[in-house]
Amino acid sequence: MKVLSSWLHEFLDAPVAAGAIAAAFDDLGTPVEEETRLGEGLDGIVVAQVLELRSHPNADKIQLVDVDLGDGEALQICCGAFNMAVGDLVPLATLGTTMPGGMKIERRKLRGEWSNGMLCSSREIGLGDDHAGIKILGASLSLGTPLIEALGIEPDVLWALEVNPNRPDAMSVAGLARDVAAKVGIGFHLPTPPAAAQSIGEPVVWGATGPGGRSRAAMSDGSEFGVDLAAPDGCGRFVARVLRGVDAKAPSPEWLRSRLTELGMRPISALVDISNYVMLELGQPSHPYDLAKVPGATLRARRARDGETLVTLDHVERTCTADDLLITDGDDRPVGIAGVMGGAECEISDTTTDVLLEMAWFDPTSVSRTARRLGLRSEASARFEKGVDPAVADLAADRFCDLAADICGATTEAVQVDVRGILPPRPPVLVRTARVNALLGTDLSSARVAELLDPIGFGAEAVGDDHHVTVPTWRFDSATEIDVVEEVGRHHGYGNIANRELTRPRIGGLTDLQKERRGVRRLLCGLGLAESQPLPFLAPGQLAASGLDPTGIELVNPLVADESVLRTALLPGLVAAVAHNHARRQLGIGIWEIGHVFLPPADGRLLPDEREHVAVVLAGREASAAVEVWQVLAEQLRLESPSVENAEIAGLHPTRAARTLVDGVPSGIVGEIDPAVLARHDIGERVAYLEVALGALYGAPRRSVAYRQISKFPSSDIDLAFEVPDDVSAEAVERTLTGADPLVWSVRLFDVYRGPPVADGRRSLAFGIRLQAVDRTLTDAEVAEARTRLITVVRSTHAAALRG
Amino acid sequence: MIDDIRRIAADATSRIAAAATLDELGTRDREVLGKTSELSSFKRQMGSLDHEAKREVGGALNAAREELQAAVVARRAELDAIARRVQAEAERLDLTEVRAERDAGHLHLVTQAIEELEDVFVGLGFTVAEGPEVEDDWHNFTALNFGEYHPARDMQDTFFVGLGGDREVVMRTHTSPVQIRVMEGQEPPIYSVMPGRVYRNEATDATHLAVFHQLECLVIDRGITFGHLAGTIDRFTKAYFGPGWTSRLRPSYFPFTEPSAEFDLQRPDGTWLELGGCGMVHPNVLTNCGVDPEEFSGFAFGFGLDRLAATRHGVTDLRELAGTDIRFLEQF
Repeated sequence: MKVLSSWLHEFLDAPVAAGAIAAAFDDLGTPVEEETRLGEGLDGIVVAQVLELRSHPNADKIQLVDVDLGDGEALQICCGAFNMAVGDLVPLATLGTTMPGGMKIERRKLRGEWSNGMLCSSREIGLGDDHAGIKILGASLSLGTPLIEALGIEPDVLWALEVNPNRPDAMSVAGLARDVAAKVGIGFHLPTPPAAAQSIGEPVVWGATGPGGRSRAAMSDGSEFGVDLAAPDGCGRFVARVLRGVDAKAPSPEWLRSRLTELGMRPISALVDISNYVMLELGQPSHPYDLAKVPGATLRARRARDGETLVTLDHVERTCTADDLLITDGDDRPVGIAGVMGGAECEISDTTTDVLLEMAWFDPTSVSRTARRLGLRSEASARFEKGVDPAVADLAADRFCDLAADICGATTEAVQVDVRGILPPRPPVLVRTARVNALLGTDLSSARVAELLDPIGFGAEAVGDDHHVTVPTWRFDSATEIDVVEEVGRHHGYGNIANRELTRPRIGGLTDLQKERRGVRRLLCGLGLAESQPLPFLAPGQLAASGLDPTGIELVNPLVADESVLRTALLPGLVAAVAHNHARRQLGIGIWEIGHVFLPPADGRLLPDEREHVAVVLAGREASAAVEVWQVLAEQLRLESPSVENAEIAGLHPTRAARTLVDGVPSGIVGEIDPAVLARHDIGERVAYLEVALGALYGAPRRSVAYRQISKFPSSDIDLAFEVPDDVSAEAVERTLTGADPLVWSVRLFDVYRGPPVADGRRSLAFGIRLQAVDRTLTDAEVAEARTRLITVVRSTHAAALRG
Repeated sequence: MIDDIRRIAADATSRIAAAATLDELGTRDREVLGKTSELSSFKRQMGSLDHEAKREVGGALNAAREELQAAVVARRAELDAIARRVQAEAERLDLTEVRAERDAGHLHLVTQAIEELEDVFVGLGFTVAEGPEVEDDWHNFTALNFGEYHPARDMQDTFFVGLGGDREVVMRTHTSPVQIRVMEGQEPPIYSVMPGRVYRNEATDATHLAVFHQLECLVIDRGITFGHLAGTIDRFTKAYFGPGWTSRLRPSYFPFTEPSAEFDLQRPDGTWLELGGCGMVHPNVLTNCGVDPEEFSGFAFGFGLDRLAATRHGVTDLRELAGTDIRFLEQF
């Protein structure tokens, strides 16, 4: 929402400095996004007339313009615009002028020709956004007069404000003025146009629902106009008036055009401009129809039929659903989408003489749904969605009629039609003073609470120490005690609420899981690896290209197709990361990621099976490097009996892959990326890979933390080499040795040998075993006995043979 | 005879000193002190001497032996030192040529920011809570007091996920659903912060990401006021940014808090940083989570982390954060 200081001041009882207004906006939750000073810095800009246009001898994009400042002397200016004609009046910045943007105008040569000033565009003199050409001034101005004087420009301030959904009142100049007046402590008044038509019916209050139905009024010529409210749930109030004798061709006055322009609306024609002006001023959108084009002089509000179409003002055919609210004519043909956009058919035109004016209150939800579905956001729908003041329709209609009388010579029929539908109930709210203070941390008296609420229209009636508060009709958002508490806080001032410390004794900390995650991060850094956080969205086909099951959960509305599938593993992102680096000759990178993956929901669940994974990718390394990372990771987390089990795994090398297990339960995958996947990514080096379901590891069995006593006595080392079939895991043999005798302190696989004389399909595994007792030095006999036992156990468990 | 002994000893001493290697020294040692040495031959001749002469010659012989043994030890020490020196020369390394094969590794700068912030809040007595990134409508919107057609739903452009009914499952648009999960799972008092990744269906550019991170803070207890909210934000500001920083609150709107505010931080140089949103937890939100708003009140505040983390390192294009170029990753 934009607002001008001058417009605000029409409703303020006393002048307020621009700085104070801007500060009030910030303090009131309608912060200033941009402030523009208008009509400043225009000293030195005068009205000049174009005498002659000549081409520049040395340049195509500049012309020479001779202008007259009233003294009959031709003054040569170099100008880059070509939109003026001989005889036009134009603004000239004379020598020595400092422009609003800070530029100083000096006599200078452009490509060898003197320029004695600068002709200005609208934007350059702060009179609009137009920068396409030089501003052409009205022909009646006298030459040489300062522009400010000639145009009657008053310095003004334009603010662009951020308005939140809970502030329907801030969508109008008057509403903003009311809030500012209350904040700075001065009076506020609404405009007081003469009552143009007699209103029938009761004053409007929330919850006072009318039955809808049909209402008609007789006009001065005996004919009737009327409103038929067939959807009272969508239209809470429908006021209609008729204006006669309209000069639709009358131009909008400059002040009106300029205010609309400053506030971001394009002047179109007098009636449309007046409608927009009233909307900006009072927050009430309206729609003027050409009475001659509305059969039966009747407007009807009803729900659309599914598939019903109409062409809106922007000449686009719109298809409606039964949720949409339509305005139709006496023949029940659609003439507008209620609260969103009018139809093209009954649009007012130059030939319009009589106007049927709609001022209505449409249900915010209904308008919001329709506007959203049609992707059609208008200034009107933005206001209806937040909740227009249903009581302001009379005033807005009077304002419209008054302006139309002044500008278009319109006269208004003396009677208006006012049909009531359903306005949601807004019972008074009990606001407990103690509750206000308990939530805000303030010490406001009951009287002070009322004082803060009264100027913004929240009528507070004392009930003991508390109040029954009537929420004003212009605050559709506000309905409960907490809403009123916020208003009290807002007008008391957040800056006036003292900081307080939390006092409850409490112990902060990370959970075990969070500490372990940090431990894993530190470990991976310790291995010299870099963390990355690629997007969790994949391109269609990226899972398949990574050798994985191609089905992933899809986004309904991705930003781009390449980011439309939720990853089911970290692998595709990290392979892409290696490819990215590889393409830049950054070989041998090692990176890791901890992040969520998204598997299809478990039976009966709505949400995906979302898991936290950790993955490590080691470019230029063989599978064993990734297995080592798994082993130290397992060590870090003190996992119980971590192991790997050779397997064929999607995405990994067919013969260099394994599952990781904890206590026999699979937890992840390890190995090398499948060469086919690497080839698809143009990666020309081996890539070792580990991906583990970190979330599952947090809950996995852990090794005992109990200490194992260290012996003071010498240990004995023996080496044993076994011939073992290839399908027997080396880890399994190692585990067998470890558990075979209590004297075994440690077992280390130190050599693997394949080849003669070891038979095909078998290999030799050589283990170094350290034997140790805590209470004695082992005798040769004890060592020999243990050795025999180890050999026996391994032979019987693994079809192994001791090598000689 | 004694003169002979002395002459031989002197000669032997110089031969020992002249030994160039440990092997040669061993040979000399045997030559001058062994059984076949000249000194040993004097010993054999002693039997023919009288008592007095025997004593004198014996003394001279012993002195000579001791002198030679000492010379051998000394020369051996010298030769050992020389040998070690030669060995050392052979092993010489130029340590300026060493380059670590791996470095200390790198935490992503967003992870660093999250850990630092977690630590600050842990120090202020908070726990850390987490939740899923794909959420149902209830946790992401409805429980947070977003009505079905509430205009505020448009404030957060949402990625919808192809699960469940129409618009029923979303990529969470903020970390606030974790508030709901915490309140659903735990009785007050609650003092928690919730960092995490969030998603908005908005075009990305140098200063806007569709996938980014937030951290929010939730307090639910008896007697919690807006003053506590302002005080806690100020404490956090000073703890994380420094003692010279201050904070201010300006009215704003969020469906899940009321009163709501934006909070800005003022740097020691007087300039402002607009950081995030906050407010008192809306009574409807408390009720939705089974917390009685008449008994308990609370506040929440939250902010985006990515810009904060990027600014600290002068990263001007936020899109770099999701990049996987090692040249970027290894700088942090």
